[in-house]
Amino acid sequence: MELKKNKLHQTPVWWRRLKEQVIEKFFLVHGMLAVLILMGIFSLLFIEGFPAFKALGLKSFFFSTKWNPTSFVQESYGILSILISTLMVTFGALLIAVPIGIATAAYIADVAPPRVREVIKPVIEVLAGIPSVVVGFLGIIVVGPLLSRLFGTSNGLNAINGSILLAVMALPTIISISEDAILSIPQEYKNASLALGANKWQTLIRVTIPSAMSGIIAAVMLGMGRAIGETMTVLMATGNAPAMPHSFLDSIRTMTATIAIELGETVQGGIHYRSLFVIGFILFLMTFFVNLISDLVLEKYQKVNR
Amino acid sequence: MIRKCLLTVIMLSLLAAQGFAQGFIQIKGSDTLINLVQRLSEVYMEQNPETMIATTGGGSGVGIAALIADRIQIANASRPMKDKEKTAAKENGVMPYEIVVGIDGLSVIVHGDNPIGHLTVNQIGKIFRGEILNWNQVGGPDMPVSLYGRQANSGTFVFFQEHVLGKKDYSARMKRMNGNAQIVEGVLADKAGIGYVGVGYVYDDAGNVREGLKVLKVARDLDSEPVDPLNAENVKSGKYPITRALYQYVNGKPTGEVKDFIAFELGEGQKIVEEMSFYPVAGEYLEQNKKAGF
Repeated sequence: MELKKNKLHQTPVWWRRLKEQVIEKFFLVHGMLAVLILMGIFSLLFIEGFPAFKALGLKSFFFSTKWNPTSFVQESYGILSILISTLMVTFGALLIAVPIGIATAAYIADVAPPRVREVIKPVIEVLAGIPSVVVGFLGIIVVGPLLSRLFGTSNGLNAINGSILLAVMALPTIISISEDAILSIPQEYKNASLALGANKWQTLIRVTIPSAMSGIIAAVMLGMGRAIGETMTVLMATGNAPAMPHSFLDSIRTMTATIAIELGETVQGGIHYRSLFVIGFILFLMTFFVNLISDLVLEKYQKVNR
Repeated sequence: MIRKCLLTVIMLSLLAAQGFAQGFIQIKGSDTLINLVQRLSEVYMEQNPETMIATTGGGSGVGIAALIADRIQIANASRPMKDKEKTAAKENGVMPYEIVVGIDGLSVIVHGDNPIGHLTVNQIGKIFRGEILNWNQVGGPDMPVSLYGRQANSGTFVFFQEHVLGKKDYSARMKRMNGNAQIVEGVLADKAGIGYVGVGYVYDDAGNVREGLKVLKVARDLDSEPVDPLNAENVKSGKYPITRALYQYVNGKPTGEVKDFIAFELGEGQKIVEEMSFYPVAGEYLEQNKKAGF
């Protein structure tokens, strides 16, 4: 006992303090790393893309629908049609994924018996792990032919195909976060509703889901971020025609697909190369704001429930 | 002791790296050529096990860009290098040498049910520029044309644009597919489809034209006779209007194992070129290869 006490006294106080501080800084650096990487990506996209902005002007990017940087006749860098294509598949995907996602989440959280829940939850998590190439492949060989038969078009490589596949990919995100939101609604709310004579369905639709709304909105926004940024699936399934789309049955080309297709052959530092960075920059801003909004909504909902 | 161990490890890995580098050829580029060159390198490696050859695709533009950046030894290309690319190469200190390894009859394909059997180069150009929108404008059934082509990084895309579209722009409604095989699959599934692929891609494993696929005969103009690209003589003689050479580019006059490999491709390898349903080098291209030392 005496000996141990002595030993403790042998390590000087300054040494212990230093150790504490080093350990603290070590964790601080790791905490900052993600922020630094984000800022690095942001500035890289900006620095690489800015010269193209300067050379071509905002107008040629945002007021033209023609993207054709390798033309022999007239090179053009209008991103309007690919921007709209991206928004089209994204909102198409949400149109499909949101009702299904919320319904599934409500079922798992509120209705399903525990044993069913134990099966469904891991299955949805597996769905999230399917590589996008595999989903794209399904789009070509299953969804495409099905759509062409359904709509009487000669082929199924179009915006609906991309929307359906992106919906499948956004579903796991939407389901699991909405489910958390619905589960976090206090039991008293439901009890109060039931005590007033509402049945289970009315309670779910009029009390539980509205109370969880901010969490559900955050889930949808995160799913949307996933859909905007997805590349391989849409690249394979939408046909990549850069024309301005007129309907969901048109073949479209998204911003992500454009970057993926063209970056490999561009001359580094050339105007084509830099304009692809401009697309990347815009894409980054889009996903950044979608994520920011979902974060703000999530924060609000956590405060309400505290 | 530890230091000694480390030193040995470093020395060994350096040696290994050198040995690796000595017999290692990296080839990149055209998706039209990839299957052919992969087969050629397989056979070559069987005969010369000390040489390692890695062949990857990505498109002619990607291969040429990699050669310009001096990251690879051989670039596959289904189109000649553009002047812009040649200047970029010179600026980078790369001297591209051109070798022709085979000849391709760039085939225009439609769905098997399509009654159209032949078109002129001009008509095909109009279709892909989006000036002809319905099959009934060229004597076919009343259905909107559905276009299948490659992406801008493809040599086939550029070659077709130069020689069939008259350097004008493709229709923005053309679907940009990832490779020759995807175009074939697209047209097979699309009754109104039309696409273009290297002749080697229209056959199945047994060497017959894929079921449900039709290869169009192409006429130079309205007065000339439509020519079939599936007949070797038509392509070798240049009678088929969309005949093109398949190129490989190397940095500087080829030496060492790169030279040995190319010599193999142009000698014994020409049989493999035929097996893969492309056509062997003939005529003016033989002369051109002689200038490069083969």
